[in-house]
Amino acid sequence: MAKKGRAVLTGKHFMQGDIACAEGAIAAGCRFFAGYPITPATEIAERMAQRLPEVGGVYIQMEDELASMAAVIGASYSGVKSMTATSGPGFSLMVENIGLAFMTEAPCVIVNAMRGGPSTGQPTKSGQQDVMQAKWGSHGDYEIIALAPSSVQEIFDLTIEAFNLSETYRTPVVVLADEIVGHMWEPVTIPDADEIRVVNRKKPQVPPGEYAPFKPDEDLVPPMACFGEGYRFYATGLTHNESGLPRTDSAEAQQKLVQRLCDKIRKNADRIVKTEGTMLEDAEVAVVAYGITSRSALSAVRKAREAGIKAGLLRLVTLWPFPAQQVSQVAKKVDAILVLEMNYGQIVREVERVAKETPVIFLPKLGEEPHKPAEVLQAIRRTRS
Amino acid sequence: MPLRLWRKPLDADKIKIPRAEIHIIKERCKGCNFCIEFCPRKVLEESEEFNEKGFHPPRVKDENNCAVCGFCEAVCPEFAIFIVEKNCEGGMLSGEKG
Amino acid sequence: MSDDLHPFETFLRREMMPHIWCEGCGNGIILNCYVRALKDLGIDLNKVVTVAGIGCIGRISGYTNTDSYHTTHGRAVAFATGVKLANPELKVVVISGDGDLFAIGGNHFIHAARRNVDIQVICANNFNYGMTGGQYGPTTPLNAWTTTTPYGNIEHPFNLVHLAAASGAVYVARWTTLHIRMLTGSIKKALQKEGFSFIEVISPCPEIYGRYNKMRTGIDMMNWFRKASEIRHQSDPAKAEITPERIIIGEFVDIEKPSFGRLLREMTAKVQEKMVEGK
Repeated sequence: MAKKGRAVLTGKHFMQGDIACAEGAIAAGCRFFAGYPITPATEIAERMAQRLPEVGGVYIQMEDELASMAAVIGASYSGVKSMTATSGPGFSLMVENIGLAFMTEAPCVIVNAMRGGPSTGQPTKSGQQDVMQAKWGSHGDYEIIALAPSSVQEIFDLTIEAFNLSETYRTPVVVLADEIVGHMWEPVTIPDADEIRVVNRKKPQVPPGEYAPFKPDEDLVPPMACFGEGYRFYATGLTHNESGLPRTDSAEAQQKLVQRLCDKIRKNADRIVKTEGTMLEDAEVAVVAYGITSRSALSAVRKAREAGIKAGLLRLVTLWPFPAQQVSQVAKKVDAILVLEMNYGQIVREVERVAKETPVIFLPKLGEEPHKPAEVLQAIRRTRS
Repeated sequence: MPLRLWRKPLDADKIKIPRAEIHIIKERCKGCNFCIEFCPRKVLEESEEFNEKGFHPPRVKDENNCAVCGFCEAVCPEFAIFIVEKNCEGGMLSGEKG
Repeated sequence: MSDDLHPFETFLRREMMPHIWCEGCGNGIILNCYVRALKDLGIDLNKVVTVAGIGCIGRISGYTNTDSYHTTHGRAVAFATGVKLANPELKVVVISGDGDLFAIGGNHFIHAARRNVDIQVICANNFNYGMTGGQYGPTTPLNAWTTTTPYGNIEHPFNLVHLAAASGAVYVARWTTLHIRMLTGSIKKALQKEGFSFIEVISPCPEIYGRYNKMRTGIDMMNWFRKASEIRHQSDPAKAEITPERIIIGEFVDIEKPSFGRLLREMTAKVQEKMVEGK
């Protein structure tokens, strides 16, 4: 029986995905949650409302998702790890301030438990229709980090990873879960607190007079001072220079800032991107999948192998930055790529772009269920004929 | 309005009239004229000179009349005018600048 | 005379001055009163956060020598909520415009007031959207001319002090930029009062709103304030009208109510106490 008041509920649990996500956040040091209830992410808010006071954190239910995202950035700038959780319609409202978080380099985590869309869609049914929105939803040139968990254990682990990435790169990170991963119950093992790797943002090493809030280090990430620490800095969503002062007339400033902010993620992509390959070494056909569909894919690939087909699975754990290198390496080795998505064509476009000559077959699935392993196996067989 | 008394107050020697130096940072002025218009003693007027921005900064007409109320300093949107209260010697009727 | 001698020099961000505001604009006066209040109270500037939204007045965040943040349009109050709750030791002041706070930001304003979040909100009400060239907004008077009401405004404006009071603010005042002493006093009072404080400042926009509505200079607008203002302390905010003949100003609400932060801390303490007892 877990003791209340502990940030890390070490032990073996049987948990719902949403609850595991909340626990992962708290284990990573999150002490501020601002959100708005939305199916299927409501349980994350409910868990945070219950747990955050226990660990001395703050839960606030804002009046809408626009305010939620703004409050999350505010708390982040006050020095507290903060997050919000939503689904497609809420994410649409948050994209404005995700852009602000990107522009002012505010570490924060946004969990999007995707559901059927567009618009109000099917609130209680799963989907993977917000993949492109995570990358392109806000206006302007920007980069996002997005992680796709495929199990309850993984949503716990990846939420911690999301916080670590957001603190390391001073950028918003999206956990692209879906309704199934969010609502299903599975065993979760939560390790001891000291076994969990937690990263905190870089702090300035210079005194207030010499600090420039957006002057990057070698890794393109500026150290972050917070409100109340005596640095008296200025941060704005306007294009700014390294001191944070607006430079709305300067083409040079725009170029410098936008390129650095995007390169911050692009040039560090090899440290950010994660994929999981199964049976790919001698594969002739590869299945590319992420999130809940990767579990059907894995089952299908195993069955294919039993039937003598050299199939392999490339599971995308990071969706953005897109694992171009990994996909292109697989594309070079196989003669067909099968992409599974619970949408009408999103990440498949990236796969096609990167796979070049290798034929890409797309298997869409709209509606509540992921692909059945039998369907995927049939598609794999078709590539062999 | 000049001060008119019907008799000399008994503590006239001890009263210290506040006096101030009026500092005008001419280059900051944008000629809004708030200080000139709303000075209760009409101490300021628009000068004829131009500053860099092309405005006529104010000029002190009569610093002696200043009541050191600080209104000009407080109402200026440009932080272009401020007063420094002077130590003053002498009483009300001494007529001296401190 | 050297710049360095102005008494408020250290309260302003030197690299950002001079500010971008027009001649006769009231924003500079609001900045003046704000830093005067900070100076008079002797507040530790390291613990003040100035948050502003989009608009001419939004630039004020860049001019104050405090931790400052310039948010997206309308989100200043929500952002400030996050800042304050994450670090209750900070003094968080939102200074924004009538459009930013009450059009796009309206929802955030009423909820923050309802919750009684311990932040101070100062609204520069210049009756139009100045930054974008003078469109009408939620406080534009009926029949006024703006670029998007070329036939005269047919929308009724908000009564901001009534809205703030009805939403639950514990301190509500309205002044004009002419009433600098009272305005500074209200800002000081708000900074020292726990809970959600709101100060509406009627501010001249002579270049745009004034020019389109027969008050071509800052002096014309300030003279309107001088002629029409009537101080009615503790009067019913619902009746605090703004017309060409009367601008009702004063302190309308000054009550005590526990702030969101206080209730949150009390609740958290109770929760943690129960855990220690093993319940």
